[in-house]
Order: sequence, then structure tokens, then C-alpha cells
Amino acid sequence: MFEDLSEKLEKAVQSVKGKSKISEVNIAETVREIRRALLDADVNYEVAKAFTTHVKEKAEGEDVLTAVNPGQQFTKIVYDELREILGGERSDIKVADVPPTVILIAGLQGSGKTTFVAKLARHLKQNNNRNPMLAAADVYRPAAIDQLKTLAEQIDVPVYSIEQKDPVRVAKETVSMAKSLALDTVIIDTAGRMHIDEEMMNEVADIKEAVDPHETLFVVDSMTGQDAVNTAKEFNERINYDGVVLTKLDGDTRGGAALSIKKVVNKPIKFVSMGEKLESLAPFYPDRMAQRILGMGDVVSLVEKAQEEYDEKKAQELQKKIKKDKFDLEDFREQLQKIQKMGDINDLVNMIPGASKAMKDQEIDEDAFKPIEAIINSMTPEERRDPDVLNGSRRKRIAKGAGVKVRDVNDLIKQFEQMKKMMKSMSKMGKMSQAMQGLKNLPFGRK
Amino acid sequence: MGFLEKIGLKKKEKLDKGVEKSREGLLDKLGRAVAGKDEIDAATLDEVEEVLIRSDVGVNTTLEIIDRIEERVAKDKYVTQSELQQMLREEIIKLLKEHRPDHPAKFEADLPNKPHVIMVVGVNGVGKTTTIGKLAHLYKKAGKKVMIGAGDTFRAAAVEQLEIWGDRAGVPLIKQKHGADPAAVAYDTVAAAQSRDSDVVMVDTAGRLHNKKSLMEELEKIKRAMGKVVEDAPHEVLLVLDASTGQNAMQQAKHFTDVVDVTGLVLAKLDGTAKGGVVIGVSNEMDVPVKYIGVGEEIEDLQIFDREDFVNALFGDSAS
Ligand SMILES: Nc1nc2c(ncn2[C@@H]2O[C@H](COP(=O)(O)OP(=O)(O)OP(=O)(O)O)[C@@H](O)[C@H]2O)c(=O)[nH]1
Ligand SMILES: [Mg+2]
Repeated sequence: MFEDLSEKLEKAVQSVKGKSKISEVNIAETVREIRRALLDADVNYEVAKAFTTHVKEKAEGEDVLTAVNPGQQFTKIVYDELREILGGERSDIKVADVPPTVILIAGLQGSGKTTFVAKLARHLKQNNNRNPMLAAADVYRPAAIDQLKTLAEQIDVPVYSIEQKDPVRVAKETVSMAKSLALDTVIIDTAGRMHIDEEMMNEVADIKEAVDPHETLFVVDSMTGQDAVNTAKEFNERINYDGVVLTKLDGDTRGGAALSIKKVVNKPIKFVSMGEKLESLAPFYPDRMAQRILGMGDVVSLVEKAQEEYDEKKAQELQKKIKKDKFDLEDFREQLQKIQKMGDINDLVNMIPGASKAMKDQEIDEDAFKPIEAIINSMTPEERRDPDVLNGSRRKRIAKGAGVKVRDVNDLIKQFEQMKKMMKSMSKMGKMSQAMQGLKNLPFGRK
Repeated sequence: MGFLEKIGLKKKEKLDKGVEKSREGLLDKLGRAVAGKDEIDAATLDEVEEVLIRSDVGVNTTLEIIDRIEERVAKDKYVTQSELQQMLREEIIKLLKEHRPDHPAKFEADLPNKPHVIMVVGVNGVGKTTTIGKLAHLYKKAGKKVMIGAGDTFRAAAVEQLEIWGDRAGVPLIKQKHGADPAAVAYDTVAAAQSRDSDVVMVDTAGRLHNKKSLMEELEKIKRAMGKVVEDAPHEVLLVLDASTGQNAMQQAKHFTDVVDVTGLVLAKLDGTAKGGVVIGVSNEMDVPVKYIGVGEEIEDLQIFDREDFVNALFGDSAS
């Protein structure tokens, strides 16, 4: 997926060389790719469209960072926006002033309600010192009550159930039972239901009315497709839930439903369920979800790193120097140091669309820069500014100082001259992959 | 601050309307899009694209369908609304594989093996156990001698659940205790079916996410165990998909097919508003037919998949 997307992003940038502001033209292709990524991730069609349009409007006119291409930069803006939408206000499960705190769980068939009920009970018991009681209000599915009881036994939590098929009564009686047993929390497991099943939707609304829960949670399978908006909306209209639980995130779904749901009902995602074990319950992290939906976390971190390390002004000076052929070994050393500060060089190369291909999978030795730096360090400032003065005896002296062979010094200077030429011919920076290709030819550059 | 506030009320209205809109049938929308035009234009194709995506058909398959329609229009030049609808139908139907003669879908049909062994697989909660209950009932109703096996020894109360379905359908169940080796249960079930002269035997398996390597290996083992009793068993491997699942269904199909060679699909929970359009791409790419659909929680709520009906339902007009 990532390879795909990055190649496309790279193609998209071919046409935008030399642009200084993000404009409709230079990100059109990226916008399309992002929209497609969202749809592939199961974000609702309407939501994906509105979202990309909005972000595009927001991004237009922003200055283009010289270290990355506009497409990548736009992707980062998309990511930030996504993270913000998914995040928003976070609130914990409410606690009742007068116990018990009542929590109602609802959702479609097979979404993972019963397992979640047990996970939540375990979580509240272990981490919040609470004493939960479970209400077996799924009176329809064969062996649903057995299932809840078996899980409850594993975490040593009581379950209340009755013979009659009356979920409202089960819920109410569990609350009074908890009160009399001085248990401070009631979690109500309800039957899965279709949002268009009038009778069943009335039933869950009745349960809610009967017990007036402090917290109502809507459980949804993270693999859900376009229909997520319909179900989320319908359940919200009927039971006005306080939060959403995303289940089965231990799968490989991109989880676009999270965005769709957030957009149509604007309720916080409170938990994610990541496995069949009762311990596998986690808080929701908007940033991880955003990366997952986009399937392109790498571009995001590249832009972040570039933003961290990039000094706009210096970049422009450098640009001028390259144009005027004044880029010298001093500048080169500075660039090398900057690149090293950005992290593992191989990771960086891999983050650049197309660059890993250009490098033909060769690894760059992390220490590759050390001897280069040592050579440059052994030069006098004059020699760095003007490598032309480097005659034989000077080269010998430098090699000795840096602890390398004269041939290495010769190679470095030759490669430097070549790189200078190449950089000049590149009309703008931003084409990092070409610059990286230059790196490949440096002495010590290969493993 | 949420996104909706930021983009203003107008967009929110549009969004709400969009959600409403998706409840209408596809052909209604398409009808609107092409009404009064007898030429296919970009806007119409966009509309087609939208309705297909909204039905979970997915970007790839949608583009494929649109390509095919465009190709045909390029040849025939003019297209009326009804012609376009017809084309769409035909192209989608072409992508959906036909039922295979060695795996007859009709319950009365003679089965090529005795016992005919069916293994049911899928991710968690899609409807495997319920499907087995319904199938057992329908096979029995058609006069077949049926046996089922509780191969989900992992999930809490899974055995009890299938037991209840066995009672409802009135068919015998082979089981071991919770936590037993599922391959052993599968072996026992097929062996029992053979010795008791059953016509059809179905083995339930625990739900598992397709990206869990060890669980997928276990599935392979369960499959092999059946082959030790009856040659070539299981004769069918049914993958159950939840109609509300989006593009991940494709991953599910790929992984399950890699491991246990899926021979047919069951699309459960089609009684909601989800269209299950992803099966079009799955059927085409995996080269397997959709065999059955699940349309509710009652024992009779299972139907043989019919491509025309499915496409009509996809288009939201069962009338034509
Ligand atoms: N509305 C509707 N519900 C269904 C359908 N098929 C199954 N269900 C419900 O979906 C839920 C899960 O069904 P199961 O048959 O237990 O699913 P499973 O795949 O066996 O689940 P695990 O064994 O836990 O992985 C139950 O509540 C079923 O009643 C269907 O076609 N329509
Ligand atoms: Mg099951």
C-alpha cells in the first residue's frame, strides 16, 4: 500500500517543480490519491469527499516546504486534520454520584458486545477498583447468556439473568440487585440488533429509559464499510450514546468507519478492542488511527522530521549558493550533519517516494558519513571554501589527519564536484530522491 | 472543535442528506442521473461511481465496472437510461461467479459425495454458527440426513450455541468439551457422519482474524483432519462474510483462500441496509461463487444466492 501511494505521490510532484505555494494545481493528483486512500479504508463516500475538499481549501496558499514536495506536505496536513477530527474531546466513563454507575452496551449483531462487556468489567475492576455486576440482557441469541457467564467467571464478576425473555426487566433488576449487594457498577449486555428493526430498536430505547444509564456505549466492528454511517446515526437517534467502541482492531482493517462515525455523530471513541483475550482493551489513540486510515504514516513522519530540521531562511541561502555555484564543502558538511540529525539515514531514504528504488536496495552505512566529515574537518577553512587549491601535498596532509587513504580524499572531492553539478541542474530542491542518489556515489556510501 | 462546526452548517446538512440518500435504491439515483439524457457523460459515470462505492463495491472493482461500461458505450455510441442500467446489471453479473455443479446450492440436489463434507470458516462474529443452523434445517427439510460438528471449542459457549441450533434443526451434533482440539472434533464428526450414513456433514470453526498466523495454521490442521476420514474432504469450504464489512472482506477472502482454499461464499446479515457490494470483487478475484445469503436470525432466514436478485437489491429496486 505504502509503496503504491508513494509512487503516485512522486508522480504527482513531477508537474509541480518550482511552485512555492500549495495550489489546486500542484496537489490535484494528491487530493485524488488521498480520496482514494480514504475510500479504500472504508471511509464513507460523502465523508471522504467533504473531508478532502475541506482540507484542500485549508491547504491552498500555504508556503511549500522546500525539503518535501507539495503532495507530501499536503498529506501531512490531511493527517493532522484527520487526527484532530478523530481526537476531539476525550472523556472517561462517567461515575454516578450515587452508585451503582450503570453502563449500557448496544450495537449490531456480531460486533463484539459481549466480549467487550467482559473486557470493560475486567478493566474497571483491575484498574479502577470497581465492583461490577453484569446484566445478561441478550435474551435472544442462543447461548448468549452462557457466553457472558463463562467470561464473567474468568474475571470473577457476578452476572444477573432471568428465565423470562424480558431484557428491560433484566436490566432493571440487575440495578436493584447491585444496589442491595453494594456493587458500584452495572454493565448491561444487550442483544445485537439491526438498526432498521423497529421492534428491537424500541426495545433498546426502552431499556435505556428504564435504567437511565450514566454511560451508553455503541460497539462497532472496525471492519465495517459504508453502512457505518447509517447504523451509527440510527443508534444515536434512538439511544443518544455517549461514546463509541471500536472492536477487532487487531485485524488488518484500515478502519475508515471510525472517521465516518465521528463525522456523522461526533461522539468520542472511548475504547478499542484488540483481541479475544480479556486483557486486550486499549484507549483510543487518534494519531495511530489517522495513520492507519491513510496507510501512509511514513510520509507523515518524513514531513514532520523535515519541518523540525528545516530552516526556511537557510534553505533559501543554500538555494542561491547552489545556483551561483558557490556551494562548498563547508555547506556540504552542514547538510550531512543535518541529515544525520534527522535519524537513521536508511529510514529516511525509505521514506522518500521512489528513493528506495533509486538506491536499488543498497544499504547506506550509518557510519558512512564519519570519514567524510573527518576529511572535511581536516581541511582548512580556505580549502573548504575553495577545493581547487587542494594540491597533492595538501591532500596527503588531509588524508593523514582524517586517518584515511589519499585515494579516499580524491574520491570525495571528485564526487563532491559531481554532486555540485547535479544539484545545480536540479531546478529546485525538494527532489530529495535525486539528491539521495548523489549520496549513493559517495565513497564509503556503500555497504 | 469538531469538523462539522468548522465547515459550517451547510455542509452538515449536505452530509445528513447524503446519508439519507444512501437508503434510496441505486437505480433511483441512477435514474435521476440519466433522466432525459441519452448519452453517457462524465457526470453520469461519476454518479455510477458514487452509488457503487456507497454499496461497498470498492474503488478497484468500481473502476473496472466503469471501464467496461465505457468500452461498451464507445462501441454503441448512444445509451439511454434503461440501456445503461441494463449494461450495469450485465457487467456486474459477469463479475459474479456462477454456482459450481459439483457444489450444488439447491438443497434437494443430489450431492456428489457421501457424506458431503462442508467446513465453515470466517472472522469473528460474521454468522458462521447461525449459518450452519440454517443450512442444517434446510438440508434436512429437503430430505437429507444431516450431521453437524462443534469445531469451535474456543469461544465461550460456542458449543452450547451450536447445540441449540442442532436442536432447532433436529439434527445430531458431535461435540467435545470446551478447549478440546478442534481438529479432533472435526475428525470425529466426519467419522460419525460416515458410520451413520449421513448425506451432509457440516463442521463449525471458531472465528479468527485472517492475519493471525497460528490460528490460520490451526484451521489448516482442522481441514486436514477431515481428509483423513473421507478422501477429498472437506468437499466444500464456505467462507462467511458479514454484509456490513467493507473492503477488508477482500483481505479475509485472500487469506482464508490461501490457507484452506475457499470454494464458496456466504453473505450473512443482508437484512440490514448494508449492500455487501464487496462480494462482487471477491467473487471475481477469488474465482468463487457466492452460494448463500443470510437475511435474518430465524432458522428459515437463508436463501440461495441469485445474481440477478442481488444486483436488483444492490440497485434497490426489486420490482424490475
Ligand atoms: N440480522 C442477522 N443477524 C445474523 C445473521 N446471521 C447471524 N446473525 C447474528 O449475528 C450474530 C453472530 O452470529 P454467529 O452465528 O454467532 O457468528 P459466528 O461467526 O459463529 O461468531 P463467532 O463464532 O463468535 O466467530 C448473532 O447474534 C446472530 O444471531 C443474519 O443473516 N442476519
Ligand atoms: Mg460461532
